[in-house]
Amino acid sequence: MAYNNPDGVMIGLEIHVQLNRLKTKMFCGCSTQYHNSQPNTHVCPVCMGLPGALPVINEGAVEASMKVGLALNCEVTDRTQFHRKNYYYPDLPKGYQVSQYDYPIVSNGKVVIEGEDGELVVRIRRAHMEEDPGKMVHMGTIDKSRGTLIDYNRSGMALLEIVTEPDLRSPKEARRFLDKLRNILEYLDVFDSNLEGSMRVDANISIGGGSRTEVKNISSHKGAERALIYEIMRQKNLLRRGGVVTMETRHFDEARGVTTSMRTKEEEHDYRYFPEPDLVPLKVKDRTSRLLDTLPELPDARRDRFVSQYGVPEMHAKALTSDIKVADFYEMVAEKVDPKVAATWVADVLKGELNYRDLTVKSFNVEDMVKIIQMVIDDRITDRSGVEVIRTMLDSGGIPMDIVQQKGLMKAEDSVVSSAVDEAIKENAAAVEDYMQGKEQSMNFLVGQVMKKTRGRADPQTVREMIISRIK
Amino acid sequence: MPEWINISGIREKITDTSAEEVTLSHIDKIRNSRTYGFSAINEKAVEQAKEIDSRKTDSPLAGVPIAIKDNISTLGIPTTCSSKILEGYVPPYNAHVIERLVDAGAVILGKTKMDEFAMGSSTETCCEGPALNPWDTERVAGGSSGGSAAAVASGEAPVALGSDTGGSVRSPASFCGIVALKPTYGTVSRYGLIAYANSLEQIGPMGTCVKDVATVMDVIAGHDPRDSTSIKKDMNYSKSIEKDINGMKIGIPEEYLSDGINPEVQKCVWDAIHKMEDLGATWKSVSLPHTKYALSSYYIIAMSEASSNLARFDGTRYGLRAEGENWHVMASRTRAEGFGDEVKRRILLGTYALSAGYHDKYYLKALKVRTLVKGDFDRALSETDVLMGPTMPDIAFKLGEKIKDPLSLYLTDVNTVPVNLAGVPSISVPCGFADKMPVGLQIIGRHFDEESILRAAYSFEQNTDHHKKRPEGVR
Ligand SMILES: [Zn+2]
Repeated sequence: MAYNNPDGVMIGLEIHVQLNRLKTKMFCGCSTQYHNSQPNTHVCPVCMGLPGALPVINEGAVEASMKVGLALNCEVTDRTQFHRKNYYYPDLPKGYQVSQYDYPIVSNGKVVIEGEDGELVVRIRRAHMEEDPGKMVHMGTIDKSRGTLIDYNRSGMALLEIVTEPDLRSPKEARRFLDKLRNILEYLDVFDSNLEGSMRVDANISIGGGSRTEVKNISSHKGAERALIYEIMRQKNLLRRGGVVTMETRHFDEARGVTTSMRTKEEEHDYRYFPEPDLVPLKVKDRTSRLLDTLPELPDARRDRFVSQYGVPEMHAKALTSDIKVADFYEMVAEKVDPKVAATWVADVLKGELNYRDLTVKSFNVEDMVKIIQMVIDDRITDRSGVEVIRTMLDSGGIPMDIVQQKGLMKAEDSVVSSAVDEAIKENAAAVEDYMQGKEQSMNFLVGQVMKKTRGRADPQTVREMIISRIK
Repeated sequence: MPEWINISGIREKITDTSAEEVTLSHIDKIRNSRTYGFSAINEKAVEQAKEIDSRKTDSPLAGVPIAIKDNISTLGIPTTCSSKILEGYVPPYNAHVIERLVDAGAVILGKTKMDEFAMGSSTETCCEGPALNPWDTERVAGGSSGGSAAAVASGEAPVALGSDTGGSVRSPASFCGIVALKPTYGTVSRYGLIAYANSLEQIGPMGTCVKDVATVMDVIAGHDPRDSTSIKKDMNYSKSIEKDINGMKIGIPEEYLSDGINPEVQKCVWDAIHKMEDLGATWKSVSLPHTKYALSSYYIIAMSEASSNLARFDGTRYGLRAEGENWHVMASRTRAEGFGDEVKRRILLGTYALSAGYHDKYYLKALKVRTLVKGDFDRALSETDVLMGPTMPDIAFKLGEKIKDPLSLYLTDVNTVPVNLAGVPSISVPCGFADKMPVGLQIIGRHFDEESILRAAYSFEQNTDHHKKRPEGVR
């Protein structure tokens, strides 16, 4: 059924992605691996903005940005250029941010997501490169702070700001878009979403064709959904009471789950953009075909391949490919055991258990998964026991066989043999009849069938007695 | 008594005595200066000279003392741009040119005064008071590299580095009777040069003779990957001066000899042109029709870039810090106390020119004019080899004469700023005296054709005596 968007919600997103898989920062040689370091140890004259220091463009950042653009079906510009965005803030060491203005590196792309009513095309307006500011740390709470410290380790990290058209119609769609974007970025290996501050979102929201507000300071996908739900509710309530939504910038208070006014349109900054005279314009278009060749298989393509190659249902293929690490994990498991069974176990069971515990697939290893699935296939443990093994491993560790033994999850030998006997009798009525007629060889045949079903684990004499007792 | 001594003279002296002796004698001259060109002496200068003595190197600048304009970052030596706001700032790194000089064995004598952040044409906006003109200490040394020019002309340093955004090495060279080169944009790395107007400025050598300027260029020029506007090009400047100027075609821009130019200065320049003719060159009149718009364009571009460049001086990380109950108050007070009037004026005007609603009217228009000015030079230099005219419209003016009237001060840059807008190279050489004060001849060349202007300047110098005259009290 078509989604009719009852409130006329229009959402556009601006996503700041830190290209944290690069080795060095945007304009200097400082390492990007500062996350576990002392403050101000990954800095140099350039990213500290010391007088006289000059920026040099990190070619790796340019190509990573182009790859992202290509993966988002964007056009690559012929000529790209950096501008200065001027504003004062303590974490901005030069008093301006080197960013891009009217010559962004890529523009006019699109991403298809699962919308409220099937596929939704979200248009990408542009994506441009810029540098990250430093980070402020308040000593004590923000209102009773004894002072503020600044850590410039983050200063100069390469950022890509991706701007969508206002094509999203609900907070859920916004969250799905962000999930999909994160997934694509991780497939491209330009981005690690687990690092602090790696993706920051600003959202524009309007309802019923009214003025839009911009909500800043959203730092997670869950946060984006919550901020949008709150902001839509706020705007609706305002309109219901006869008020008007005014164009303004609002701040999302993650702890309280509310948005508060930061500044109105009249108070907006004038950034006084002008071309960065310390950098020269770049010609990049001729790199496009080479970069296209190096693009890895992206989530949608991989999903289609899983359906055709492994014969798994579309739903499973989607779930498996929505995180590159899960998809890689699945393919390794599928090499060893029936891919369809593996898909159920990885997509339905393992992923669910991991999500529940806020863990990633890194917490589980492929060999263990293979062993568990193999035991289920061999009918040595039940499905339910398989799940229990996984849960136990995630909660308290251990290896599958030990857990099975300690918890006595192995299907009892007797009952295995017993059901194999029942099956053999049911499946070989003719042989049973022959035995009743006095053909001894028929008994040997029936025992052999049970041995086959139990893979030789049963005692032939016992089996023989069990058969005789059951057919009399 | 201080003396004018060139690099080869210094090297002979070092052979006779030592680099240490030479450095000590220069430091002594600086301590007894009558022109106050220096703002700081390098405490390690003698140590560096001793080290050169022990190394026995024969590199072209081995043991040669050099003065450095205070906007060029020097590791361990305060670098303040003659501004209170950088009080106490000691760079943790050397500018590219300093690395090159040190590698070539030069001894960094100290830092020289300048107009605050290179904003001025007289060195009167220096926070510690002006450098004086050695020919007449009641007159300005020119600017903004006035300290470097005064130091060289007073015999306190044989060579110096300045920087030229709109005439800042050529103006003081002209006023103090020495030689200075503004290289083609992109020739000398700006890494470590504290920016005033990035798209216009270049570091340039200053000395008592053309040959010394070329020798220093050989050391400081060349590609530096840390400056994205630096060009890959190999040049041998000292070698290029050897050829004569027979057959050289000189263009005389009519706009550079307009009515506003002191007639005595005009006379010196005409004499120089005739001297060139005697040496085998030919000349013709050319026109640079957009010259009258160049000054406005230059000031808008320079001030716009400056308004952004100087934003980093907020008291947070280095230099002066005022007290304030929060960051914004602290930063505002720091800037109010730390910057002088001229710097504030230019930041305000530059901010205005870039603001929404005015950006197109001022900044963009200035860029368009810049393109037209560039076109003027391309045209004029397609039919001539070099252009010549007076560096400054007049001789050095009296201290305090123009500082209260910014516009009259800006007007003194009329012949020098078009060169920076176009990015072409230009040299100023002494070409005579007016009212007992030196007059400078400006020779402008095509992009990356320093060779022609150095050659013309050298031939002229070798066939005239102007550069042999000394200020009173200097031997
Ligand atoms: Zn750095």
